[in-house]
Amino acid sequence: MSEIVRRDPRKEWIARNRLHPEHLDVLAELGEGAAPSEWPGPNGRIRRDPHAVGFTGPNGIKRIDRSGVQQGAGRSSAGDRGDGQPARQRVEIESPAFLVAVVPDLAGGRLSSHDRDLLGLARRLADADPQAPGAVVAIVFGEARESGFAEAGVDRLITLDEPRLAGYAPEARIAALSAIEESLSPRHWLLPDSSLGGGELGRRLAARLGERPATGLWQIEPDAGSALGWHATSRGAAGSLDIRRDLPRVALALAECAEPVSETVHAARPLAVPPLPEAFSRVEDLGAVAVDPASVALGEAEFILAAGNGIRDWDGYHRAATALGATEGASRVAVDDGFMPRDRQVGATGTWVTARVYVAVGISGAIQHLQGIQRCDKVVAINVDPGCDMIKRADLAVIGDSAAILEALVARVERERQAAEEQRDVA
Amino acid sequence: MSHDRYPASTAGLEVAVLVSVGRHPLTGRARRADQDARAVELALELNAARVRLVHAGRDDSESEAALRGYLGMGFASLTRIDQPEGADALPALLESLREAAPQLLLTGSRAETGEGSGLLPYLLGEELGWPVVTGIAAVESVEGGTATLLQALPRGQRRRLRVRLPAVITVDEAAPAPRQSAFGPAWRGALAVSEQASRPDTALADWTLEPARPRPKRLKVVKAASARDRFKAAAAFRLGGGGQVLTDATPEQGAEAIFKLLHEEGVLRR
Repeated sequence: MSEIVRRDPRKEWIARNRLHPEHLDVLAELGEGAAPSEWPGPNGRIRRDPHAVGFTGPNGIKRIDRSGVQQGAGRSSAGDRGDGQPARQRVEIESPAFLVAVVPDLAGGRLSSHDRDLLGLARRLADADPQAPGAVVAIVFGEARESGFAEAGVDRLITLDEPRLAGYAPEARIAALSAIEESLSPRHWLLPDSSLGGGELGRRLAARLGERPATGLWQIEPDAGSALGWHATSRGAAGSLDIRRDLPRVALALAECAEPVSETVHAARPLAVPPLPEAFSRVEDLGAVAVDPASVALGEAEFILAAGNGIRDWDGYHRAATALGATEGASRVAVDDGFMPRDRQVGATGTWVTARVYVAVGISGAIQHLQGIQRCDKVVAINVDPGCDMIKRADLAVIGDSAAILEALVARVERERQAAEEQRDVA
Repeated sequence: MSHDRYPASTAGLEVAVLVSVGRHPLTGRARRADQDARAVELALELNAARVRLVHAGRDDSESEAALRGYLGMGFASLTRIDQPEGADALPALLESLREAAPQLLLTGSRAETGEGSGLLPYLLGEELGWPVVTGIAAVESVEGGTATLLQALPRGQRRRLRVRLPAVITVDEAAPAPRQSAFGPAWRGALAVSEQASRPDTALADWTLEPARPRPKRLKVVKAASARDRFKAAAAFRLGGGGQVLTDATPEQGAEAIFKLLHEEGVLRR
């Protein structure tokens, strides 16, 4: 079927006009199966369903939109993809005037929000002159699981997927980037000033290229007087100074340095690079080290099992934390009652945690505690009270006796581990 | 301290620690820089190594008090390479390091005053031809011209690295906390002055330095095709309680659901 939507402005107008005699017919025609709020009953009476009108607004209050768009002709506006997002303009840059090289962190193989901001900054640099647009080249180490490079604003994509670039191989990576510098000579090099590797790689690159980079960059402004046409503001002296200078070739930008790309979609065309030079590496990566979860600082722990007032069987709780490999946390009550040390307290007066998974056992969820877990991704609650605030916050809540559930969970995890070990033995 | 942790493998190892004058984030007073103090602590934990402290900077009473903070960690002397205000420390440090030829060069990852770009270790490594490793939490062993190090990763994880010596090693907040500085040794310690040629930092003189402005907060802009969609997005009811609630489940069913979530998130170790 054709993608082109044929519009009938008259019918749309009738659908918006509730007083039009043909309003209901047109609504039924345009509504495409949506439940109508009014219809003629079997005896010719108009029947109304007040629940079918409107949508749920803030705090669960029902809002009614009288513009008529809500009823029926919802997908009328051109360029609407149906999910409320405007269609993005496709941009192809065939012969770029210059290149902007970006080396995203790609933590976990995906673009982080920091990477997207950085690509937004690269787009600002590339699109400054509409007569001679530049192209954004993203240089990706290893296998990328990200599929949204085009939406993030990447024109060309270089994937360097060699085993010797994997892991911690800064010298090999710098050799690869130097080779790209020689073959493509981009006008700008942009890297994230992050602790995930971008900050280190960018400084190494600047030292290798002999450039003095702008580190902690957070703002750029056009400036015709400078060499590259931009003026940069960056943070210095542990964040207490603003350094204003001309934008150098290599820049390490902070998060939120620019708006991420949202209105265009780019080509993200793969770009071949000449074979990389063999680099002599003096740093050898011996692999990750198993870390005792109890020694991980609460603020940066990935997986926290937190205990509160609802726990009776403390031995069982500690056993569960050891078996799951979780870092232990506690609510204020558990700490005040002396069951847990003070440095394990989560919440406004304790530690603000950033865990990916936070399991709250017997914690009702005081507002101070909920503040402390604001930045957690997934929250699991185990509690006897189904009405407590922690259940409202949780992505998964189990109502029941915490000791029995923890015991069952430990048994489940150990069963899984045994099965994995048996498989390993067989193999 | 921890003599059994580090057997005699580091005996006689030449270690130099680059220290700088820090700045207290609240009071703005000069102090020993936190990361550099951690580097000194890491060097002190190397058993029987010969540790030298090197600082490049000018002579004034405030920075002297800060430098004596390092001496108070248990050193008899500290070498200060005399540099005027606004000088580039790199050439003087290079010359000094070429003369002294240490096996390990330890330093914090970035300074707390001045430009604070954190570039110096990389420039030193590039110029001297030494490997640079960053974010080290512990030195495990030094033997046969290589050092085995533990590198700190985000989320409290660690990675083991082997690096060929001589090497530049930088530490950050993951390294062990520095010991307290004792007043007596700090006061008795000697600040030896070494004269080196200096080069003014001309680029820095061209820049404008001003107190940091607060960064603008990012506004939540809703991109939508129509005004109605924008209104709906702005007025939308956030489903905070959108999570799954298991009310009448047996402990086994509850545990199974939690296990599934933990497995999907990949937080259970193998």
